Amino acid sequence: MTREEALFQFLLRMGDNTLVLGQRVSEWCGHAPVLEEDIALANTALDLIGQTQMWLNLAGEVEGKGRDADKLAFLRDVWDFRNLLLVELPNGDFGRTMMRQFLFDAWQSVLLGRLTNSAEPRVAEIAEKAGKEVAYHVERSSGTVVGLGDGTEESHARMQAALDYLWPYVGEMFASDAVDEEMARAGIAPDPAGLREEYDALVGRVLGEATLSIPEGGFFHKGGKDGARHTEHLGHMLTEMQWLQRAYPGASW
Amino acid sequence: MKDEWPLWEVFIRGQHGMSHRHVGSLHAPDAETAIRNARDVYTRRNEGVSIWVVEAAHISASSPGDKGPLFEPSNSKVYRHPTFFDIPDEAGAM
Repeated sequence: MTREEALFQFLLRMGDNTLVLGQRVSEWCGHAPVLEEDIALANTALDLIGQTQMWLNLAGEVEGKGRDADKLAFLRDVWDFRNLLLVELPNGDFGRTMMRQFLFDAWQSVLLGRLTNSAEPRVAEIAEKAGKEVAYHVERSSGTVVGLGDGTEESHARMQAALDYLWPYVGEMFASDAVDEEMARAGIAPDPAGLREEYDALVGRVLGEATLSIPEGGFFHKGGKDGARHTEHLGHMLTEMQWLQRAYPGASW
Repeated sequence: MKDEWPLWEVFIRGQHGMSHRHVGSLHAPDAETAIRNARDVYTRRNEGVSIWVVEAAHISASSPGDKGPLFEPSNSKVYRHPTFFDIPDEAGAM
């Protein structure tokens, strides 16, 4: 794998994470439990889609085959997606959506902080811009996780169930492969394992305040970031997301 | 137990040097969440540099029925309005 190929894969991972989560979060539009949360979730989804445009446009540029963010988003099939399994999981109830959001926001905030020092200036620039949005996302989602975790008996039980369900998908964030090793060698992105300590400190503090317990055991699901084994859910999501471009190729407004 | 979150009134300052203006209200369980909700509901299009929220229950308001005694007496006192001065153009808006 050349450095350019690894960089392309890395950028797909960044862009696919925000694309798939953005699409998932947008599914709440018009359905959230209260108006305020509905608007907040739509804002978050739009931020994530905006970040996707930056990451995937750069990915297309690096690839050099004339694909832009739209082509990459709408004309790849499920096995070409490089997002973490965590972000493709169905929304579940509002509590699970916010827990997934928090677990992702926390990771993204730690990662983007490191990426602002990337040896690749275009990566550093995107990280700088996205970082401000993500700082707000993590503030909001951690506040909601604490509010619901340390809330009523029912909200606490739902948040603990959400954490139990989602935690086995967190480990994939910190697993390294050849792409990550090449990025670390080039000084473009940090070794994923090196983010764990900061992540655990942030997540541990918030979940502690939320009176929630992190499940024991080190097992984690993987196969999203290398595309080897996505969950059954991603294909269904893409069917809806890509329908218009598939049915009416090149359609625009 | 109340099922409804309390109502909060939201004030946004549009620019430095301007005063906060009332923009609307929203529901939230506490002040911190009210500020975050205000950020999402009322500043999506870059409207503000500062947000105040206050629980609506803490606002004391004048009664609409007192409108006459409160406000009408000033109608007949034109000398309270500085409309008899010529303001030079260079002074700009006052």
